[in-house]
Amino acid sequence: MEDPDKKTEVVLLACGSFNPITNMHLRLFELAKDYFNETGKYKVIKGIISPVGDAYKKKGLISANHRVTMAKLATKNSDWVEVDDWESSQSEWLETLKVLRYHHQKLLSPDPTNSPQNAIPLTKPGRKRKQEPNRHDPVKKKNQSPDIKSVPQVKLLCGSDMLESFGIPNLWKLEDITEIVENHGLVCISRAGNNVQKFIYESDILWRHKNNIHLVEEWITNDISATKIRRALRRGQSIRYLVPDVVQAYIEKNNLYSPESEDRNAGVILAPLQKNASDSKN
Amino acid sequence: VRMKSRIPLILLACGSFNPITNMHMRLFELARDHMHQTGQYQVIEGIMSPVNDDYGKKGLISARHRIAMAKLALETSDWIRVDPWESEQETWTETVKVLRHHYNESLRLLQSKKEFMKNKRPIERSTEDSFSYQHPVLPELKLLCGADFLQTFKTPNLWKEEHIKEIVEKFGLVCISRAGSDPAQYINESDLLTKFQHNIFLVKEWIQNEISATQIRYALRRGLSVKYLVPDSVISYIAHHNIYTEESERKNEGDLLQPLKLHNTTVNPLND
Repeated sequence: MEDPDKKTEVVLLACGSFNPITNMHLRLFELAKDYFNETGKYKVIKGIISPVGDAYKKKGLISANHRVTMAKLATKNSDWVEVDDWESSQSEWLETLKVLRYHHQKLLSPDPTNSPQNAIPLTKPGRKRKQEPNRHDPVKKKNQSPDIKSVPQVKLLCGSDMLESFGIPNLWKLEDITEIVENHGLVCISRAGNNVQKFIYESDILWRHKNNIHLVEEWITNDISATKIRRALRRGQSIRYLVPDVVQAYIEKNNLYSPESEDRNAGVILAPLQKNASDSKN
Repeated sequence: VRMKSRIPLILLACGSFNPITNMHMRLFELARDHMHQTGQYQVIEGIMSPVNDDYGKKGLISARHRIAMAKLALETSDWIRVDPWESEQETWTETVKVLRHHYNESLRLLQSKKEFMKNKRPIERSTEDSFSYQHPVLPELKLLCGADFLQTFKTPNLWKEEHIKEIVEKFGLVCISRAGSDPAQYINESDLLTKFQHNIFLVKEWIQNEISATQIRYALRRGLSVKYLVPDSVISYIAHHNIYTEESERKNEGDLLQPLKLHNTTVNPLND
């Protein structure tokens, strides 16, 4: 029987292009951490930024090397958010679920293998869930502080756009979405007055696991989209105070974003769409 | 080389800066980009002028702190600086007077530069120095603000009509607004503003970044993070001095703003 006073350790994982990383991305972590702290039931122990691999083939996506470097520069003076380049160093595009599994695996064992095939699911699909969806099999950890529950959870941190992208045909596999919300959980940050609750209501899968979907409202409007950053850069406009100074300096020094870079992958089908379309044909 | 002389432009932002946020600094960047793109101006300086404690706004903490935080935030800017003149006056000063002060200061600086040039031997002067010495282009000083500022012109007793006129006629406004708001409407609704609309530059901020200082203080009181909304150095300063608390937010509670106090006195002299 678990001690109700013990807090569950949480790791926040943000997947995305980070093309480039902005103050808004960094804010997501801060907001999520505050939210979990305030519940009194969770303790956020780490934040992970996992930039997507070049194989994602999104239009305007520049080399992962740069995107990872910028994210690292941006988090240099953060004592809890770090950048992980495992996803971006894979030669093929990886489903988000696999990245979640990988990081969960990594937390459980000190020496994770690097092979994506070994990112096995937590539970067998179809297993009946008990009342508390967050319950996992306990794992013995050394030096565990007395008020911490046994197993840390990795939750996917995202904005409402990612959540709502679950509805885009062929972008996500239904079984992946299920496993994400069932076994891991979502932390979704959105602007006040958003449609996220309605979106969850209209989805049976999301509704069923709504206890594992944490909605955090961002009251301070801070909609710094990377697309707009790239646009401003192409037009020679300032992006200061929207991205960390070190990131702005790096972009300028390496002249990263231009009309040419924005044309990369133009006309190419996004990797998940390609993969899911061909999978369904087989 | 054809030298098209752009008008040197100074941008002045008045406000509480309680505390300074990334949004305040963004206003300057946006304004500069916009004015450069007109082809007519060369922005030479940005000045942030925190309001005097005597303003009496609720939750306004000591100018000493507000200036210190702005200095920290602007440490890495090579063109924006904070100026304590307004906050050092004995009483609250009308915005138009702050504009006049800084404009006169810029003229004085220009004058002393001319003196300096005169005393230099011709061989020491660069071509550019010589040119500007012989053809000095007078700088302009414009008030940098948000669209909400334009709206305040309508608040009864907050502004003197002749001051608004001087601000838009002699100086000019650079007004930043977010996508979806329509400052052109406020201008349209005012005969005075319409008359001088050529001197009101409207800049649209497409990247929404409305970091209100009020919300920042709210977050701070509740122990919530404001990282990435406010520079790290400012966050450290606030924590170190424990400036924003429930108590600090109650400062000036129930008091009238100084400009309203002044105008009320003028209107009702018999109340003495």
